[in-house]
Amino acid sequence: MQKIATREAYGEALVELGRENPDVVVLDADLSKSTKTINFKKHFPERFFNMGIAEQNMLGTAAGLAAAGKIPFCSTFAVFAPGRSFDQLRNSIAYPKLNVKIGASHAGITVGEDGATHQSVEDIALVRAVPNMTVFVPADAVETKKVVMAAAEIKGPVYIRLGRAAVPVLHGEDFVFEPGKAVIMREGGDAAIIATGVMVAEALAAAEELSREGISVRVLNIHTIKPLDTEAIISAAKETGAIVTAEEHSVIGGLGSAVAETVCEHYPVPVYRVGIPDVFGESGKPGELMEKYGLTARHLAAAVRKAIRR
Amino acid sequence: MEQTIEQEKIARLEDKARQIRAHIIKMTAAAGSGHPGGSLSAADIVTALYFHLLRIDPQNPAWPDRDRFILSKGHAAPLLYAALAERGFFPVEELLTLRKLGSRLQGHPDMKSLPGVEVSTGSLGQGLSAGNGMALAAKLDGRDYRVFVLLGDGEIQEGMVWEAAMAAAHYRLDNVTAFLDYNGLQIDGPITEVMSPEPVADKWRAFGWDVQEIDGHDIGQIIKAVEAARQVKGKPQMIVAKTCKGKGVSFMENQVDWHGTAPKPEQAEKALAELRCER
Repeated sequence: MQKIATREAYGEALVELGRENPDVVVLDADLSKSTKTINFKKHFPERFFNMGIAEQNMLGTAAGLAAAGKIPFCSTFAVFAPGRSFDQLRNSIAYPKLNVKIGASHAGITVGEDGATHQSVEDIALVRAVPNMTVFVPADAVETKKVVMAAAEIKGPVYIRLGRAAVPVLHGEDFVFEPGKAVIMREGGDAAIIATGVMVAEALAAAEELSREGISVRVLNIHTIKPLDTEAIISAAKETGAIVTAEEHSVIGGLGSAVAETVCEHYPVPVYRVGIPDVFGESGKPGELMEKYGLTARHLAAAVRKAIRR
Repeated sequence: MEQTIEQEKIARLEDKARQIRAHIIKMTAAAGSGHPGGSLSAADIVTALYFHLLRIDPQNPAWPDRDRFILSKGHAAPLLYAALAERGFFPVEELLTLRKLGSRLQGHPDMKSLPGVEVSTGSLGQGLSAGNGMALAAKLDGRDYRVFVLLGDGEIQEGMVWEAAMAAAHYRLDNVTAFLDYNGLQIDGPITEVMSPEPVADKWRAFGWDVQEIDGHDIGQIIKAVEAARQVKGKPQMIVAKTCKGKGVSFMENQVDWHGTAPKPEQAEKALAELRCER
């Protein structure tokens, strides 16, 4: 299976978007080679602003650009936006509902060797809690491109969570992306794995493994964390009776929390959250870290068996 | 002859500043909370901007070529609201709804609710960055509007202000003019005791800005400084305006406790008498 990092797709999509829409501008904080916004800079240097290592000012400047009619995409690592610049995101961008997009790369522990200081495990929780935000976590390169195009059409602040590591391409080019609408990647009736981002591929692998044991698992891809497709989640609860959530993020405040909140209020069934267990990451190869922190297909399959037994 | 007209104009603006100060007292008294001290200190600067210097049209608050004014020290909201109402952006009567449930006049300015408010501010240190963004957009679009930003002297303790100062000089944003309301006091006391930002003018110069130092209560000096700033090419401009917190109300002047305390009815009456204004 072909593997492409979502940040690569993001960089390509920005160029496409820049061609279509002259109002699109891109800001970066000295990480354009890593976030791949450098592609946009090459094509549209007059619409690219390097803001230096100053993320708070980058978001504040983007707010002003948006207030003057531009569609700014800001990029840095997720630990720095929303991490370092949370107040600017909250007060300068989200409160006045300004049309600013944040493409945050290097999210989660698959950052790898840089270690805990650079591994954002709480960014979804932060942005999800802020009113007016739309939150996307694309699962592959195809989804990322469609997310970028959709983000430019949304009038208001959007957060796009991107990864450093190459991940499998799951969708064909004909994939129809609808913001806020979950995608059933695989049908099944015994349990549902509700996954986001890089964990969608792991969920599919887990479902395959479980099918050999006669367990039929639905895989739901939540590319939009907010607004959440509660209907699809409630249907999964009703139709399978057992749910496992999967995210490369802390089990606190992210997709697992969002799903548990929905299921508790509407149709309580067992929910197990697979994610980073309320700890910081560390240095290592992405694959080693995924294994150590319990984020591989094997861990998901074990969680499904547990959920079904209850 | 020309000199006389100029003096008449200044006298008119001084009278307007007096009315704005009276609104600030009435509004904060009616609200029972708010920030009179730092609103009064910047009243002459904001009056000169809204009634002489800014290219704006209250009938068309979204006019793309308008000058922008950003109140980065958002707690001086009563001052901004008084100026906007007096300038015709919304009815003057609405001023007394300040800080009340359902009012467009939020405790700190909300650009989504009130026409004329360019940026939602209140969390200090963020207004200059937004101003830079608007100035960059002006350059991209080939528009000649200017962006004015009013900063507090305590506010410049925020690190983000200096990120923005660096960026404005780096991108040669000569369409940005900032004022520093240099009243010397912040909530916990004199700025030099809490966390000294001195030497203030030298810092802005070192960051690549054109710097002028003026008396922030002399409307003639304020106008001249902005006219000089408009001539500067390739650099943003900072006007360090020496002011007095609580200016215009004797018992509030230079009293730090009036930073965030509203006058009681009898205090408001006394203040309004000093400002030659009836309740």
